[in-house]
Amino acid sequence: MTLLQVRDLATHFFTRDGVAKAVDGVSFSLDRGEILGLVGESGSGKSVTGFSLIGLVDPPGKVVSGQILFDGADLVAAGEATLRRLRGKRIAMIFQDPMMTLNPVLRVDTQMIETVLAHAPMSRQAARERCRAALAAVGISSPDERLESYPHQFSGGMRQRVAIAIALLHEPDLIIADEPTTALDVTIQAQILSEVQALCARSGTALIWITHDLAVVSGLADRLAVMYAGRIIETGDTAEVIARPLHPYTRGLIDSVPQGKRHGAPLAQIPGMTPSLLRLPEGCKFRPRCPRADAACLVEPALAELLPGRRARCVHPYLEAAEEALAASC
Amino acid sequence: MSGETIVGALEPKADIAEPAKPARVDSPLKRLAQDFFADRLAVFGLCLFVVIALIAILAPWITPQNPYDLAQLDIMDGGLPPGETSFATGGTYWLGTDQQGRDMLSAIAYGLRISLVVALVSLACAIVVGVAAGVAAAYFGGRTDSLIMRVVDLQLSFPAILIALILLALLGRGVDKVILALVIVQWAYYARTVRSSAIVERRKDYIDAARCLALSHRRIMFRHLLPNCVPPLIVVATVQIAQAIALEATLSFLGVGVPITEPSLGLLISNGYDYLLSGRYWVSLFPGVALVVTIIAINLVGDRLRDIFNPRLQS
Amino acid sequence: MLTDTPILEIDAVSKRFVTELDIAERTARLLGSKVEPLTVHAVDGVRLSVRKGEVLGLVGESGCGKSTLGRMVAGLMPPSEGQIRFRGRDVAALRGAEAREAALKIQMVFQDPMSSLNPRLRVDEIVGEAPRVHGIVSRREQDGYVDDLLNRVGLDPTTRKRYPHQFSGGQRARIGIARALAVKPDFIVCDESVAALDVSIQAQILNLFMRLREELDLTYLFISHDLGVVEHISDRIAVMYLGRLVELGAAEDVLRRPNHPYTQALVAEIPTFETKKKAFNPIKGEIPSPLKPPTGCHFHPRCPHAHQRCIVERPALKEIAPGRLSACHLNDEARAAA
Repeated sequence: MTLLQVRDLATHFFTRDGVAKAVDGVSFSLDRGEILGLVGESGSGKSVTGFSLIGLVDPPGKVVSGQILFDGADLVAAGEATLRRLRGKRIAMIFQDPMMTLNPVLRVDTQMIETVLAHAPMSRQAARERCRAALAAVGISSPDERLESYPHQFSGGMRQRVAIAIALLHEPDLIIADEPTTALDVTIQAQILSEVQALCARSGTALIWITHDLAVVSGLADRLAVMYAGRIIETGDTAEVIARPLHPYTRGLIDSVPQGKRHGAPLAQIPGMTPSLLRLPEGCKFRPRCPRADAACLVEPALAELLPGRRARCVHPYLEAAEEALAASC
Repeated sequence: MSGETIVGALEPKADIAEPAKPARVDSPLKRLAQDFFADRLAVFGLCLFVVIALIAILAPWITPQNPYDLAQLDIMDGGLPPGETSFATGGTYWLGTDQQGRDMLSAIAYGLRISLVVALVSLACAIVVGVAAGVAAAYFGGRTDSLIMRVVDLQLSFPAILIALILLALLGRGVDKVILALVIVQWAYYARTVRSSAIVERRKDYIDAARCLALSHRRIMFRHLLPNCVPPLIVVATVQIAQAIALEATLSFLGVGVPITEPSLGLLISNGYDYLLSGRYWVSLFPGVALVVTIIAINLVGDRLRDIFNPRLQS
Repeated sequence: MLTDTPILEIDAVSKRFVTELDIAERTARLLGSKVEPLTVHAVDGVRLSVRKGEVLGLVGESGCGKSTLGRMVAGLMPPSEGQIRFRGRDVAALRGAEAREAALKIQMVFQDPMSSLNPRLRVDEIVGEAPRVHGIVSRREQDGYVDDLLNRVGLDPTTRKRYPHQFSGGQRARIGIARALAVKPDFIVCDESVAALDVSIQAQILNLFMRLREELDLTYLFISHDLGVVEHISDRIAVMYLGRLVELGAAEDVLRRPNHPYTQALVAEIPTFETKKKAFNPIKGEIPSPLKPPTGCHFHPRCPHAHQRCIVERPALKEIAPGRLSACHLNDEARAAA
């Protein structure tokens, strides 16, 4: 059952140095209860995509075209009032810095109860009870005591849990999480990942997990979408994409991580650097860094279904490997 | 090591050839200029100030008379209202004359000269003293910081005019003494401004990197730390230069400032004050207007600079 | 080349930070209130030696003191206790030209590629200033010298006249490396030097570090929170937790057979590529505040094997195999049982 359908989304930033096409022609869909990993490096447009979905793109940025169908209704065409009703209630967002969500001068209970009452009329007592339950659900011990604290009394990991608890208050249909564990230590990151995974499975909430770390999201997401220079360049089932990447960029990302490589051996690296959004290369945007590029890549390829359920934006995808593997498994 | 330029063969060639990228961002100065010229009022202020400065600089060549060359004054022309013709030369006194027959227009141009010189010289000296103290306080921290900042606090807790009055009462009149007094009352503002931005910069890694490279304290403070603390300094300097002009005028008006032989705008106002009630408004009014216009011009420029450098107002 | 001679010895080094009381607190104290100055034991009696030519990886989470230790080694802050010896001589006791010489031989590559470069200086000055000031090159030779260095770290020498903001993150990291190399160091402290970079750029810079080590015979203290990265580049790994060294050993050995329960948890949580949903099995609890570290073994509140002895007695760092150290009471008990 499709919950979210994004069609040809384009978000541009009109800066004084020119138009930066941060998101340019992004399409994907998300089912209820599904976890999508939106992966990309800095400047790939992954975060801007997330912000565009809930209408939080600030000037000089603007959604210039495309459709965002959330449960059938187009969010791009919808007014601010509609979006505000949806935000926090049916779509929630978790940021990399939890202090984006938390107000440093208010007690946690004040903020949480306000959030509850903003969308669901009930008694303060009932709202408080709901907040307590939400904190307990994200693994916060002694939630009563924690409710009466200020955000600065929490550690970074604890603050992120509170932010997640706030996101969960209204049992939203969709949570958009923008690098929520990037700033955390690995042991704390593992705790949060495990709790988010359990919560989504329990409540059937769909999740878009935006991250630069392909490895982290590979253990969490059902499906992956890899972004580069404002476009989705590859999507598919997590297992498939990780095991048999089609696009040279995805393959480069996987190969450049040191884990599991021979100790001390030179790492396979993607040459060059991410292009400036103001000066994108002609044709395929990855062309100047791609080992397989040739003259055919001067025309930008479309995101095409190259294998069942697998789409990639590439003229010379690694189909051989995928076919061999397929043949071997048969 | 300097002999060999060959890059190791371990890595593929592509690594070396991160493509040379054209400069994507304008130089900071060009950005600043663009931002500044986007505001019409500020540009107006700047133009006004340039005109005023030109008048002051070129005074000996453009004014109809040298108001302090007694040979050029005619007592017959004393106290003429604006627009009157000179009995002696037949020229017009557009802004009138004072009791000694001095052309007010020329007197204002010469007065501006004194006022601006006093303000600019004191500004420069105060910046040098204040910046050195502020950067040292931020860089060394601890006791050095406490000592310098307590002196700054002490300085700032008394009204500037009071300190200046006491100093001049002790030192006596004179352009150099006024400048000294202005430096003493103003250095603390620069010290405090520079210290607060230098403390932020001090924590950044590039300062640690410079320390790692065993560069001298002086080099780190003045070549690495200071250039990164300049923007707020510019803002404070524009505000303070207007303050300095006003303060000097006040001191001269009160009769403890510049000597009678080198009259600034303040002294001109003071001279005319006695005649204000007898109807000769112009002797005081026009120097006053010149003073106000100068200060407004500087403040317009300063306000715009403050807006540009204030990160919270930047979109 | 890797030898057994230690180039750097960290001998029982501690670093304490004491927060000074402000006037209000001092007054309150005079009036009989129990306000105490807070003391943080950022580094607590660490002993380590780094052999010439090796890469020693230093791993730990926030607040474990790894950066503080790195900064002490780089000479940016003095230890509160203990000695840091470079080539057998106590760095803190050196004066004048000798002190400068030692300082230049140990360089640091920082984490944030932006804030570690002075935004007001051009690349040629960032890289070329120190060697010129210290007389390594003359003013005339400076340009050629900077060009060589830029080539060596994989930057186009024609970009010499640009400012840091005109470069990408990876290029800035390279400039930072060129700056450190400019004074011909023997030892480089890399403090999270690749943490701020994108994955694809991170691989480039790691490769560069490995190549430079070969070419210039460098020794690294490689500090990172990312055990996966550290394992790849290091010969040995030291693990720190709340200011103390808890485990030390050959890189592959530590990763394959982690001994300390904390190391075990770290190893288990290295993000790896999964082709199915991962069953996360995290260790419980928060990292305690270094202001109030737990008694005994710092790790005991989170340790699945903790028992009474762990709460009261600090475990000593003991050799559990040749060249392999661990600070855990379980080893004593295992040995007693055997």
